[in-house]
Amino acid sequence: MATADELRELMRTEGAAVAENTQGFNTGRYDSVADLGDYEELKQAARSIKEDAIEELPDLLDQLTETVEANRGTVYIADDAADANDYIRDVVDERAADRVVKSKSMTSEEIEVNEALEADGVDVVETDLGEWVLQVADEAPSHIVAPAIHKSRESIAELFNERFEPDEPLETAEELTRFARKKLGEQIIDAEVGITGANFVTADTGTMALVTSEGNARKTVAATDTHVAVAGVEKVIPTVGDLHPFIELIGRSGTGQDITSYVSLLTPPVDTPVVDFTDDETPLSEFDSDRDFHLVLIDNGRLEMRDDEQLRETLYCIRCSACSNSCANFQSVGGHAFGGETYSGGIATGWEAGIEGLDVAEEFNDLCTGCTRCVNACPVGIDIPWINTVVRDRINRDKDAPGEWLVDGLTPDEEDDGAPLQKRFFGNFETVAKLGSATAPVSNWLADTTVAQQAMALILGIDPRRDLPTFERETLVDWAAARDSQVTNPERRAVLYPDLYTNHVQVERGKAAVKVLESLGVDVVVPPVPSSGRAPLSQGMVATATDHAERVTEALEPHIADGRDVVVIEPSDHAMFTREYERLLDESSFTDIAENSYEVFEYVFGLLDNGGSVESLSTVTGAEIAYHSHCQQRTLGLEAHTVAVLEECGYDVVTSDVECCGMAGSFGYKSDYYELSMDVGDRLRTQLEDDGVQDRPVVASGTSCLEQIDALLERQPRHPIELLAT
Amino acid sequence: MKSKRASFEDALEALGVTVSSTAESDLEAAVTEAVTEPAVGIALDKTAGDEAFSLTGTPVTVDPTPVALREATTGVTGAELGIGDYGSLVLSMTEEASELLSLFVERHVAILHEEDIQPDMDAAVAELDERFNETGGSAIIATGPSATADMGALVKGAHGPKEVHVIIVEEGA
Ligand code: SF4
Repeated sequence: MATADELRELMRTEGAAVAENTQGFNTGRYDSVADLGDYEELKQAARSIKEDAIEELPDLLDQLTETVEANRGTVYIADDAADANDYIRDVVDERAADRVVKSKSMTSEEIEVNEALEADGVDVVETDLGEWVLQVADEAPSHIVAPAIHKSRESIAELFNERFEPDEPLETAEELTRFARKKLGEQIIDAEVGITGANFVTADTGTMALVTSEGNARKTVAATDTHVAVAGVEKVIPTVGDLHPFIELIGRSGTGQDITSYVSLLTPPVDTPVVDFTDDETPLSEFDSDRDFHLVLIDNGRLEMRDDEQLRETLYCIRCSACSNSCANFQSVGGHAFGGETYSGGIATGWEAGIEGLDVAEEFNDLCTGCTRCVNACPVGIDIPWINTVVRDRINRDKDAPGEWLVDGLTPDEEDDGAPLQKRFFGNFETVAKLGSATAPVSNWLADTTVAQQAMALILGIDPRRDLPTFERETLVDWAAARDSQVTNPERRAVLYPDLYTNHVQVERGKAAVKVLESLGVDVVVPPVPSSGRAPLSQGMVATATDHAERVTEALEPHIADGRDVVVIEPSDHAMFTREYERLLDESSFTDIAENSYEVFEYVFGLLDNGGSVESLSTVTGAEIAYHSHCQQRTLGLEAHTVAVLEECGYDVVTSDVECCGMAGSFGYKSDYYELSMDVGDRLRTQLEDDGVQDRPVVASGTSCLEQIDALLERQPRHPIELLAT
Repeated sequence: MKSKRASFEDALEALGVTVSSTAESDLEAAVTEAVTEPAVGIALDKTAGDEAFSLTGTPVTVDPTPVALREATTGVTGAELGIGDYGSLVLSMTEEASELLSLFVERHVAILHEEDIQPDMDAAVAELDERFNETGGSAIIATGPSATADMGALVKGAHGPKEVHVIIVEEGA
């Protein structure tokens, strides 16, 4: 895992360029997909094509081999990197090539073919400009689509001027591009072999699709007579017609362009004549097109991933990078921290776990906070946070048992074999909170003492710069139990879910929720219910989370059977009930709870929509307010309800649109991530301090968002439900 | 609903691609106007009037040598299809080196028959699907000029053309 120091260094050196570029891509994606009338249908089509293709992969590989051979090409299916490299080295050797030109391909990075060929004395030239910059700088890519995203124009100029000593020093992006085009152009026409990747390969015709903007892949193929295409076996889809949704989605999802400049659909060997670029006499059409084509498909762990129920989805990935660009942590640190040997960003955990192994995935897996901002961004609908969770669970179980003497008693529901101490502390926050409330105010005083803070920093890795939650002595459940319902002829009946924080820490928002619901004629009960399991789940403690899920359903089932709706204040818990529980519970338990649960503002919105009177709530005329929604709430499409209700109550609302507050549950408490959490938070702070926003009171839906905003701003934030209570 | 030609032209404009249109009978003049010399190109297999359009009568050198190609500013080729919603051109790869002529130049002039404009990507891919299945083949879906953002800002003309111009040959005109 990257240490706090390494993260700090990357944020300092590469952070600014990474943030600017990824955010640009991400905004581009929002704009571009907004123009697509059938975005969701296209995503579904893409998903189902990939699902079917992976299901039928062995047959498709056979079919593809036949078609390519009928086209006079060769197919080689390589077991692993060494096998693939041996084959490619033979091809290059047989062609007696001195130079190989290469267009960008992650799969060829994966097998490190450059090193293999260079060892044979072959000159390998990267032709993608970003990739070439890295080759010159001897650095690794930090993003799957824009490999040199971490480098600024200034640093590229400095690199080129130092390395190539041009007559006039290069400065502008235009000058740098011209220079590279010229230099690479000469090397391309001089090369014998061209290596490309392939974004998709169709089994019906042997057509490969290559998505680029620069035109380097086109030149790499056209200017050489031997073409080696390198791709993972998962790139095969059945037909040319199946390319349609991907062509529409891949550019939009990645760089936010509607489509990249070139989508090459090549059925090699292509008809373009192979010319001698120094010939001044022979017309182009008189050269023949004697071309050799080799398709090298690489397994390297993929077929095993196909048999792994949890990792299988990774193979649907089309490497568009939307999950990186939409990730707040990635936006701050980039792929040199948030990545493995080859792949970076959200889905990299799946790729690296499958291809390299758990130890490589472990190095960066904890940078996924499970916020789910990537979930709707992924064009093939991969549940990326779930893959991260599963891998985290496997990593936990791979470890020796931690110092149990320390957490025994503190973590009665700990996993039997498993998670490290810190993870178990956060994963069992339920116990901590119970103890905290029971012993408040002693626990609050204790948490504030330097000795206790140092101990927590030392043993649990909790950053001493963080304020810890202040526990209330009277929990929400106790308060509600001691109080009579205020509703005589209820319109509806509900059970308010007392999440950990609302019950023990932010009791006020719980009371406000009860009052608001009662004002709208809802009979509310607040029974004790176990915590949702969100905390253990985000630590990768899947068994503990499942146990929570089962106990929660058990506690809520009688209420649901009794005709009560479940109203949830904390968005991350609501997301558990309606999203993650699908993975943890049997189908009927899941449907039961998912269909009867409502986020509190979603519920209020519904009540007002069904004739509830806004007059019974606390209203204002035009008061200005700033609202920060919660990641999981946004993923579920629930931000709009809060805004609509606040507006109906008379507020003038502005909303934040940064991807995340930078806290995401326990993540921000950990010393290793404190500065990263603040760096991400800084983007939210900037928005909340903008002109026209700086004087607005702030409301936020999520517990961790509230904590984080509290740390970021002078203004103390509140939960929006507190504005509505009379 | 906008006509497919109108939305195609709007999309081209948004990409910074210039467009001119011409009757078949005036194609020579339109090409002459669109090229910057030295220009190289390929005769179209599509007819204009009664015969395949040969580019004679324009300053374009047809079927040049490789060196002439490298020295040329403009490359003139046909485009198989236009794609209305994206402003894309479908370029084929012929034995006459159309691929080299559209790629190794600063300015690409593409001649497109109006009837070959497809409304959207879906229709275009369906057509390619059919054709590839019948006869095999390759094509480039080219949208706007070549571009890169790898050097710290968006620059047009990375490896391929910096400018694209489309000449639409009007139906029956
Ligand atoms: S997981 Fe989805 S969003 Fe991420 S790169 Fe793959 S396809 Fe794109």
